[in-house]
Amino acid sequence: MSTSNAPIVRHSGVAAPLLQANIDTDVIIPSREMKIVSKEGLGEGLFANWRYTLPGGREANPDFILNQTAYRNTSILLCGNNFGCGSSREHAVWALREYGIRVLIAPSFGAIFYNNCINNGLLPVVLDEDAIREIAAACTDNPQTQQPLINLEEQSVTLLNGSQYEFSIEAAAKHMLINGLDQIGLSLQHAADIEAFEAGDRDQRGWAYLGV
Amino acid sequence: MAKNLLDKLLDSHTVKTLDADHRMIYIDRIFLHERTGSIALKSLAASNRTVQRPEQVFCTMDHIVDTHPGRGDKTQMPSGHLFIEATRHSTAQAGIRLFDIGDANQGIAHVVSAEQGIALPGCTMVCPDSHTCTLGGLGALAWGIGSTEAEHALATKTLVLKKAQAMRVTFNGKLSAGVTAKDMILHLIAAHGANGGAGFAVEFCGEAVRELSIEARMTLCNMAVEFSAVTGFVAPDEKTIAYVKGRPYAPTGERWDQAVAHWRTLQSDPGARFDHEIVIDAGSIEPSVSWGTNPQHSMGVSHPVPSPSENPEAEVRSAMEKAQRYMQLEPGQKLNSIAIDAAFIGSCTNSRISDLRAAAAMLKGKRIAPGVAAVCVPGSSQVKQMAEAEGLHQVFIDAGFEWRESGCSMCFYAGGETFGEGKRVISSTNRNFEGRQGPKVKTHIASPLTVAASALTGRITDPRDFL
Repeated sequence: MSTSNAPIVRHSGVAAPLLQANIDTDVIIPSREMKIVSKEGLGEGLFANWRYTLPGGREANPDFILNQTAYRNTSILLCGNNFGCGSSREHAVWALREYGIRVLIAPSFGAIFYNNCINNGLLPVVLDEDAIREIAAACTDNPQTQQPLINLEEQSVTLLNGSQYEFSIEAAAKHMLINGLDQIGLSLQHAADIEAFEAGDRDQRGWAYLGV
Repeated sequence: MAKNLLDKLLDSHTVKTLDADHRMIYIDRIFLHERTGSIALKSLAASNRTVQRPEQVFCTMDHIVDTHPGRGDKTQMPSGHLFIEATRHSTAQAGIRLFDIGDANQGIAHVVSAEQGIALPGCTMVCPDSHTCTLGGLGALAWGIGSTEAEHALATKTLVLKKAQAMRVTFNGKLSAGVTAKDMILHLIAAHGANGGAGFAVEFCGEAVRELSIEARMTLCNMAVEFSAVTGFVAPDEKTIAYVKGRPYAPTGERWDQAVAHWRTLQSDPGARFDHEIVIDAGSIEPSVSWGTNPQHSMGVSHPVPSPSENPEAEVRSAMEKAQRYMQLEPGQKLNSIAIDAAFIGSCTNSRISDLRAAAAMLKGKRIAPGVAAVCVPGSSQVKQMAEAEGLHQVFIDAGFEWRESGCSMCFYAGGETFGEGKRVISSTNRNFEGRQGPKVKTHIASPLTVAASALTGRITDPRDFL
């Protein structure tokens, strides 16, 4: 699975509940699992401290939800408050993407983590806790078939039982995700404005400029 | 119209307003380190983009480097040298000043950027590291970003920023003896939640903040991210100006005068509006220690471990129970009776010279408890050198501490180093997350004073017992 910012418009898949609040990026990928200077090869380290029986080991911990047969091929995580708080490590998002996660649904996200999601084609959906509990309840009998459908264009999550939840997302983030855009490319279109700002700013705040 | 400090900092850096909520913000300084900076530079080169203003970009080796005396490129983590080599290569290619291993100015990014005068009041500064908000202590608008955002800043000299809401946190009155900036921020997070600052940029003010040294203000701002705030800052004052003056990358001559004139305008105007206000009586703050797996799980050191069953919210209750299971603590147990295996003084939160001086003053002429492993890692090679010139290293060594080279070290199991599986550690760091300091390690975060006092007794200890 690529870690690139592939477009995401609609997605349905297996949804796994990890409803604990404040799941931090150290839990999503521990420090020691970032072994090479790369955005790839991180999927294996996803949730390593919970997913494997021993630190640094690879023997699956049968108690961890993503290791259970019912949750194989999970691509949607149902999360608690402040998911992705802590360290800025984008590796957390790269690891989720490489594992196959395309959508996260939480009442709130860590701020840096949220931006990292948008930059990597991982859709962060914000819904209130009650809605997330309902979604989780509606998917637990048979997660493989009770797959929620997330429609980013319409900003909705639809369950097989017909329940529908609308979510809001900033227009700019939505545009980036639907089109798989690269923010750097978009910003470079403003190069002339940046140069003009800098020219004026050098007069006013010359002290802030080094090496000139 | 009366402006708050956040407005002033943003307005002076706005290249363009993109929509009602988003602005393109000019970035004055970018700091990188070998773990995330290496990837950003590699990815930037791979996409044929260039670093636009390398003279405003800096890089250090802090996250993965070994901190044992006599270190080289080899780290405790098997492949760590790959990050170090890649960083050396990419920074040389891009013309970026690198504070390499062996450089007299090497150290933790947020310690180096202040002591070198790279971070300045009224500047925007970013680093792919969540604790970049530390530099808010100088009155900089500084925040942590991801690697892709770092590429964006390097390639465009800007970032697109969603307008944060403005929060003011006022600490009225004076701190009691033995209570520090670390206790202030732990108190705030415990009282208002790890999510309490979400969506806000926090201005810290009030008498207790004014009275803090610049280094202590950096400790306070360092953990704004643990409050989920976008950043935190303190308005620069004469103390800030005196701190910055004469530092290697600080402005000089006419530019210094121009800078100082600007910095003196950087306060919230009287009557400025804030979206949220919190007021805290500084005199009521105790030395604080964490008992759980998030900084929100903190309390005064004299208190017992809280009882989850008394919490009305089911989700909070289950999080508390899970945290106490991980920490192997029982409700009602007195915090200051808990035996520790190890003590750590270091990290971007509490490893500056004033932190080491405070801890050394407590340790002087004493020995840590038998069986306790203790390590002190200065925040920068400069701090280390200063401490050695004052003889502080000998105080630490005589007390039974290891004295190390600078780096992030065991704050996050950085170079793969840990006190050992499942050990209980009292630590001057910022995160008590599960596994943060190594597999199953139980971390209690506290001030350097509390860490030193606890190392001496072998149990979590109120530093005021030694005052």
